[in-house]
Amino acid sequence: MTPVLDVRSVTKVYGSGDTAVHALRGVSLRVERGDYVAIMGASGSGKSTLMNIVGCLDVPSAGRYRLDGHDVGGLDERRLAILRNRRIGFVFQSFNLIPRMSAQANVELPLAYGGVRAAARRRRAVAALREVGLADRTRHEPNELSGGQQQRVAIARALVTAPTLLLADEPTGALDSRSTADVLHLFDGLNRAGRTLVIITHEADVAAHAQRIVRLVDGRIVEDRRVAGAVR
Amino acid sequence: MTPAEILRFALRGLAANKLRSALTTLGILIGVASVIVLVAVGNGSSEAVKKSIQRLGADALTVTPSTTGSGRRGGGFFPGGGAAGPQQQQQTGPRTQAHDLTVADATALGSSGQAPSIKSASPVVTSQSVTASYAGTSATIGQFVGTTPTYFAAANKTLASGSLFSSGDGKTVVLGSTTASDLFGVVSPIGKKVDVGGIRFTVVGVLKATGSSSSSFSDPDSIAVAPLAAVQESLTGYGGLDQIIVQATGSDAVDAAQAEITALLAQRHGVGTTGTADFTVSSQASVQSAVSDSTRTFTVLLGAVAAISLLVGGIGITNIMLVTVTERTREIGIRKAIGAPRGAILAQFVVEATVLSLIGGLLGVAVGIAGTLFRIAGVQPVLVPSSIALALAVSVAIGLFFGGFPAGRAARLRPIEALRHE
Repeated sequence: MTPVLDVRSVTKVYGSGDTAVHALRGVSLRVERGDYVAIMGASGSGKSTLMNIVGCLDVPSAGRYRLDGHDVGGLDERRLAILRNRRIGFVFQSFNLIPRMSAQANVELPLAYGGVRAAARRRRAVAALREVGLADRTRHEPNELSGGQQQRVAIARALVTAPTLLLADEPTGALDSRSTADVLHLFDGLNRAGRTLVIITHEADVAAHAQRIVRLVDGRIVEDRRVAGAVR
Repeated sequence: MTPAEILRFALRGLAANKLRSALTTLGILIGVASVIVLVAVGNGSSEAVKKSIQRLGADALTVTPSTTGSGRRGGGFFPGGGAAGPQQQQQTGPRTQAHDLTVADATALGSSGQAPSIKSASPVVTSQSVTASYAGTSATIGQFVGTTPTYFAAANKTLASGSLFSSGDGKTVVLGSTTASDLFGVVSPIGKKVDVGGIRFTVVGVLKATGSSSSSFSDPDSIAVAPLAAVQESLTGYGGLDQIIVQATGSDAVDAAQAEITALLAQRHGVGTTGTADFTVSSQASVQSAVSDSTRTFTVLLGAVAAISLLVGGIGITNIMLVTVTERTREIGIRKAIGAPRGAILAQFVVEATVLSLIGGLLGVAVGIAGTLFRIAGVQPVLVPSSIALALAVSVAIGLFFGGFPAGRAARLRPIEALRHE
């Protein structure tokens, strides 16, 4: 079976010459289908850069990256956009919902860009919102929702396209402990249902939910271990 | 993404900032409205001039003396017409001898057998701003015309009441409608006596109002027409004529009549066909083409001024769209992260700009049409339908063109940088 993620000796260099910053110094990572991986590291360790590359928001300076068997290197903007739309669901620390659009409209957005018809879109958006427990909040706009609710809308938006990979960047960083528990519980459920999750975090108790923890230091993977009996 | 969805996104974007959208729209609104109104004003003034020329009648020609040395030159009887008419005869070189137009000239034109295309020729003397009084009331008559009865038919003047004077009549006068109401109010003036220049005229008739009294020209109904001899005796003296109004046998005989007049008068005044003439013959067509040339220039000028305001409105759209794009950089980043293709972002912002300019354009058309209902600077504007279509099309084009640059900038944003934007 093709791995969802297949990153091979990827490097990323910002700038050039004396001022060059090596954000990634050769990272290799395979993530199989159904896995739940936490990428940990202090700030400046290169985890955000890795997230951007894995999320097809940025391209590596060197090395290869296959997403679900597709070589991402050398794809143009348009193909990258399609890849992001179909195969990746993003969850951001700051939710990144579009203001003044209802929860449902926000969730429908990736489907709209994916060319799904309006009726199917509405059905799938409502289903995704039900999955995250917000069936009664479809008409609310982001500023009428609590942080935890906003993040759950964002998760519904990430799920609605049935992506191969759910990519979360510090998903609980802006949440209180109760909302954090809600969101993590949601992730656990999604993983049990067979979803592949990659979470970037610096919090050990968030990482504790994962089956596998990858630790980055100075742009290199220093630790990659399976956690058998994860907190469930 | 269907077009309807793109439109919905765009409308949502505009609704998010209503005041800003409204003010941007206002710029286009003013531009479009001013194009429509100013072109209508130009057109209206040109129509007014045309109408005043048409009062002359399609088969009429005006002969005016073009001497500078001798002979009085009254103002052209047809305002803006006779005097502004193109010179049919080249007036170059020194003139050795210049003749006034005389009654004999008119008689020769009208009754000699040499001019078959001429139906009648009426000698005309005019006196401007003449004071007339009746029983203690006095009024200023714009034009006091002395002529022969054939004048009425040639100059397209019809009677409302009473009768015309006949050639043998002495001190009789036919009044224009404005003059009649100034002097007599609602009383019928027929048979009453009016004093003009120390001579008492009997009113025999009143002319029909010409209907179109454009205030940019003297009122054509402020007129009085009396027999030639009486006017010469009381007001103008026995000098040369101001004009000879010639009526051709039909509107298709105007050119022939013009040639006949030129030949006959050249012969009578002793100028060869190659010499310089001391008179000018102008027909309605020639006057009209000259006047419409100048009014077209006027209309183009007004339109150009209005077009500049439309352009300024367009720059306003670019400005506001640039602000919008900067302000919504993060939103653009989010949209891109979840898979919005470049085209969808581009389309959204172009459509936003175009919707702004289209709404501005439509409101501008409404305001423009409403504006043309009023008199502006004494001119009744006449709507030019093509100016509406043009202004609207230009406003949409402005949206596409001026919205394209900010939209392109939005579409080119890199998602990670856009997401980082605060």
